[in-house]
Order: sequence, then C-alpha cells, then structure tokens
Amino acid sequence: MAADGTLVAGAPAAAGSGRANTMQRFARRRSTIAFLMALPLIALIGGLVVYPAGYAMWLSTLNRRMTANIGLGNFEILLESDTFWMVIMQSCIFAVGAVIAKALIGFWLAHMLHHIPAKGQRKWRGMLLIPWVIPPALSTLGWWWMFDPSYSSINWLLNIFAVPAVPWLGEPWWARFSVILVNVWYGSPFFMIMYLAALKSVPDQLYEAAAIDGATGWQGLRYVTLPMMQNIISITVLFSLIVTFANYDIVRVLTNGGPRDLTQVFASYAFQVGILSGNLPRGAAVSLFMFPVLAVFAYFILRGINRRNKEQM
Amino acid sequence: MTGKGMTRRGALRSGAGVIAAGALGAPMVHAQGTGGSLRVAFWDHWVPTGNDAMRALVKEWSEKNRVEVTLDFINTTGNQLQLAGAAQAQSKSGHDIISLAPWDVGTYASVLEPVDDVINRLIAKYGPINPVAEYLAKREGAWRGVPATSGTQNKPACVRFDLMQEHAGLDVRAMWPASGQPGPGADQWTWDTFLTAAEKCAKAGYPFGLPLGAFSDAVDWVGALFASYGASMMDEKGKPTVRNNPKLRTAIEYAVRLSKALPNDVWAWDDASNNRALISGRSALVFNPPSAWAVAKRDQPQVAEKCWTIPMPAGPEGRFLAYLPWTSGIWNFGRNKQTAKALLEFLGERSSAEALTSKTSGYDIPPFETMTDFKIWETEGPPVGTVYNYPLKPHHKAKPSIAFAPAPGEFAAQMYVQALNTKVIARVAQGGDTVDQALGWLERELTTIVRGG
Repeated sequence: MAADGTLVAGAPAAAGSGRANTMQRFARRRSTIAFLMALPLIALIGGLVVYPAGYAMWLSTLNRRMTANIGLGNFEILLESDTFWMVIMQSCIFAVGAVIAKALIGFWLAHMLHHIPAKGQRKWRGMLLIPWVIPPALSTLGWWWMFDPSYSSINWLLNIFAVPAVPWLGEPWWARFSVILVNVWYGSPFFMIMYLAALKSVPDQLYEAAAIDGATGWQGLRYVTLPMMQNIISITVLFSLIVTFANYDIVRVLTNGGPRDLTQVFASYAFQVGILSGNLPRGAAVSLFMFPVLAVFAYFILRGINRRNKEQM
Repeated sequence: MTGKGMTRRGALRSGAGVIAAGALGAPMVHAQGTGGSLRVAFWDHWVPTGNDAMRALVKEWSEKNRVEVTLDFINTTGNQLQLAGAAQAQSKSGHDIISLAPWDVGTYASVLEPVDDVINRLIAKYGPINPVAEYLAKREGAWRGVPATSGTQNKPACVRFDLMQEHAGLDVRAMWPASGQPGPGADQWTWDTFLTAAEKCAKAGYPFGLPLGAFSDAVDWVGALFASYGASMMDEKGKPTVRNNPKLRTAIEYAVRLSKALPNDVWAWDDASNNRALISGRSALVFNPPSAWAVAKRDQPQVAEKCWTIPMPAGPEGRFLAYLPWTSGIWNFGRNKQTAKALLEFLGERSSAEALTSKTSGYDIPPFETMTDFKIWETEGPPVGTVYNYPLKPHHKAKPSIAFAPAPGEFAAQMYVQALNTKVIARVAQGGDTVDQALGWLERELTTIVRGG
C-alpha cells in the first residue's frame, strides 16, 4: 500500500491492454474508492430519506382519491382551516416551549453534575440519563397513568395535602402543559449530557484568569462558560427543535390531540388526517408543513454558528 | 473466564434459540397442500378466546378444502392493523384477506375485490344484512368486503340496575327483561328520561360514564343520540346540512345539558375510561359492549352481578343503537381471490358466527338480524340474561347507527376520525362558544373536508 493509502497493483498483470489499464486506474482512484465505500450509506439515505420525502411531496399534490394532480390545492385548503392554524400555533408552542425548558434544565443539571467529584459523578449521570433511554411510548404510558382523568396518582397525592384535583388532560392549558412536561422530562438528559461534555472541554485556565481578574461566579458563567458553549447550545437546540417538532407519540398516547384538538401537533394531525381519515395526500401536506417552519429555525441558528466560526478564525 | 460466565458460543446458541422460538411461534400455518394457499390478517381479538375460535374455524375449513392458510392476528394498539392495511394498499402486496376497520373499506374500495356473489348467497340464506354494514362496505354499487362477526360490536347501555333503581327510580330489568318482549316503562325509555336519571345519579355520586373526547366510544354514542334527534351534519350527496338545521341545534343543546351531569373530565376520556368508571363502581351507566361487564366479572364480581344491558334511549326520530362493524376485505391484487371468497363465505355462515360469538361470551355481533337469537346471550351471566339485550332484537324497535351517516363514506370517515360531533358539543359546553359559533366552526370544518375531492 502506498503512503497515501492507495493500493499499488501488480504491474505485469495490468499491462495486458490500454482499456484494462484505464479501468484499473479508475478503480484505483481515491475518489472512486471513497464513493464505493460511501455507496451503502448513499443507498440508505436515498431509500429511507430522499425517496420517502420525494414521494410525500408528490403525494401532497394529489386529490384524496389520488386520481388527479391538484397542485398546491391541499396546502391552500389547509391554510384556510381553523383547525390547521391551531395545529401550527400549538406545534410552535409545544416545540419552542419544550426546547427552552429542556435547554435550561439540561444546562442546570450539567452544571450541578460538573461540580460533583468525579467519583460520584458517574452514578448521578447514569441515573439522570434514565428518562432518555426508556422508549418514549412506554414512559409516556406511565405518565398517562399518572395524569389519568379519573384515577390520576398525582391527584391522589395532591388530595392528601387537600389540594384540589387538577384536570391534567381534560382542560386545554393543563393538557398543553402536560404534553410539554413529558417531553421535557424525556429530553432534558440529552441536553444535560451534551452540555456536560461541552463544560468539560472549557479550559480551566480561562476560569483561573477570570478569577485573577476578580470575576464573580456569575461573571465566569456569563463571560467564559456561555461564549465557550455557544455553538454546542445552538446545535443541540436546533437538533432538539427538529425532533420535538416531529414528535408524535407523546401527544398520541397522552391526549390524542384533545381536548378539542387543542394539543394537536403536526405529526399527530398528519396521522389523523392521512392514515386514520384515509386522506393520504392531505396528511402528506400537513407533515410537509414542518419543513418550511424548521427551515426558518435552521437558517437562523446555523447562520449564528457560521458567524461565530468566522469571527474566531 | 470463570465457569459461570457466558461464552460467546453460548450467547450465539441462546440467540439462535430465541430466534427459532420466535419463528416457530409466529403465524399458524395449516400445511394441507393442493388447494392453494392464503395469507390472512384478522383483527387480534380483545377476548383471549376469540382468536382460538377463529383459528379453529379456519383450521376446519382449510383441512376440508386442502388449502394452506397462514393466519396472522394483528392488533389495533397503535393502529397497527390500519397501518398494515394502508401499507398493503399502497404497495399492492401483502395478505390476501385483511380485517378492515369500519371506514377503511371505503378508503381502499378501489383495491378491494367485489364480493357481491358471496354477499348475495349469504343474504339468500339469512335475510337482509345490517344496513350500517351495507353503508360502510358497499361502494359504487358493489360490495367491497364481507361484514365480519369477529370484533363487530354494539354499544347499548350497560346499567348498574341497583343504582338506577335506588337513585333514579327506574327498574331497568323490568323495563327490558331477558325475554323477547319489552316490559312496563320501556316505551318511556327516552333521552328525556335518560337526562333526568343522569342528573339524579350524578347528584347521588354515581354519574353516568359517557366519554366526550375524540375516541370511538364517544363518537359512537353521540352519533346514536344525534340520529335519534334526526340531526345530521351532511346529506348523502356530501352537502353540509348545518345551517338552519333545528334538529341539529336541538341535539347539541340536549348534549350540552347532559354533559353538565357527567364527570368534568369526560372531555379527556378514552375508550377504556368508561369501562373503568363502571368496573370501579363509580358509575351507574356506560354505553359499551359487554367487555366492561366481562372484566368486572373477573375483577369486581360484586359489580358485574348488578349490571344489566338495555337498549339506548329513544329520541323524537326513533331509537338508534351504536354499531361498529369490522369487514373482511380481499385485495384485488391478491393471488387466490376465489379461495379467499370461499373462506369468507364459510365464516359468514350461521354456524361459524355462532361459534365465534359463543367463544367470546357474546361480544361478537353477526351482521344478520336472523342471527340475534344465539343461546349465549340468554345464558351468559351473572346475572343470567345480563347481555340478552346486547344484540339488536326486533322488540327494541331500534335501528343500527353509525355516526355521520348518511354522508358519503369518504367524508364521513374524516368527520368520524376528527370526532366533529363531540367537538361541537365541547366547544359549547367546555369552550364557552355559543351554539351559533360552534355551528359556524362545524360548517367550516365540513367545507374543508369536502374540498379537494
């Protein structure tokens, strides 16, 4: 093998014909090998991402019977529907509210963990990661039992302290709070672990220099920790926004979109319209609405990251 | 490595064992040969013995006809069966026969084999078929599936007769005895009487357990209520009938009044909440198949022995009974359509229907009125006769109903899944809208559904 990693073929064998030489040279090129090695991944992405996305786009242009192309008709119909506007608003409340809460709680937990001596840290880290490793459909079912309209265990505890029962899933704002709470419970450990890794990579010398300059703990956090973590915060927020926007199982298990569609989000509404109601094209149109919303978020977040990178260069 | 540790080979062997056990335990195959083969997906029955009954029937038929049948039972948790149907219809491959949820027959009509020949032979033998089953399974003049017995249910009232007698002064067993005749007071079993009883029982601490969320139990009982007031939202041509519709307004106003006598969390109830309300002894009445009573018989026998099933109340336009049928469809891209038809015809026979219904303690409802006299409904208990009035009997003078009929199936399916009937009530009772505002919202929703074909 050559120093650059390319294989050196036996010269006598390749000397047969000019055509064979060309083919062999082509096969030996680093870009060809790289392409061949990446081919399984490209095929996977093509089959599982590009094709379904293209198919969904095509589907969304059809009528309900899928017999005629109606262009952007499904999008137009959706934008004239009260319920769909409510779904857009709720998806934004759900995703933005949950991501902010997850980021704050994750940041706080990461700080707490960072200051625990290394010996005990692993135990706490493991315990705090538990919500994230339980399959969400299963853990949401547990939460559903706690929120159950008639037999809520949380209400049972509240009643012991003479606090009136809360209609966790029956009253719109409580229902919205409940779905966000479960998402925060499930997603905070991800933020925690990412932020913990980022905290560990901040050089101690920076804190020492700040301390010598007389910085308080708060100033250290504001002028050292946060700037050093800005990129990881942006990336985790973006990643979490994408995942939270597409969340389906929590709403489906906890509220089924109720009461009165007031907890419905894009994914649950797309499933209801597309699969359960038998209107696949309109369901596809609902799910594609996530794309422009996320594109706007992604544009601003990634622009911020790029700017900071350029400033640092 | 210590002797107690697991070796790599040991782990591989164990893994292979688990995989082999899984493969052996997967679908049941009757290897008979020569008569062809069929792949069948049936609904995974709630009642554990339901699948055994179906398996025994299919085995009997496959041995007689020398057909290899691969039988899969797919459950509806997480809508697995509906997802399987959607995927198979899109990919045009999969099972030969599949159980279809009520509205899915219409959704997939274009890829389902017409079965008029089977239906006509069954009708010739057993008389008229349930009109709701016909409304759901017939598209463009052709039957696209055979109405099934397995899983098909009515949702009459399951009443705690002791509580109803004590707090509302109604002797429901005398009104609707386990005989072919209505008793004294049966003609007074109207929605007005029902409301009075609901208020009295709520006052006594035993409110009726009637869900008003977006699940099928809620949509079904409200659908029957609306039907008994003649309150439809869309006509058979697909035209919304919300504006200037006094019957719809009356039905909504009635439901809003009734909702005030129900637990304040019924807006979030799912299909299990009403069962739990009855089983726990907190509720005096639910609209449900006998599954709630059956669980009570196992877990709370003192509750079960005080339950009695009676028809739904009557309204100004008559008495209606919520009915939710399953249909067995044959994909038109299947390999062995004639054999599939033969199997479905066999399962539609009276003897097959009775075997299924008997094994499920009377839960399954056959699609023919002439099959509402099975012995199981007379003998099941305690108390004996408690489910006698579960099937729709001629003396009930009732009609089967499904919410949003007679709207065209493709629109009614969307209205049903989006639970427009319970939501319009909730907008007034919980959201504080006026009836006019709620009706305006309803009309806009219906227009959205109709647009786009």
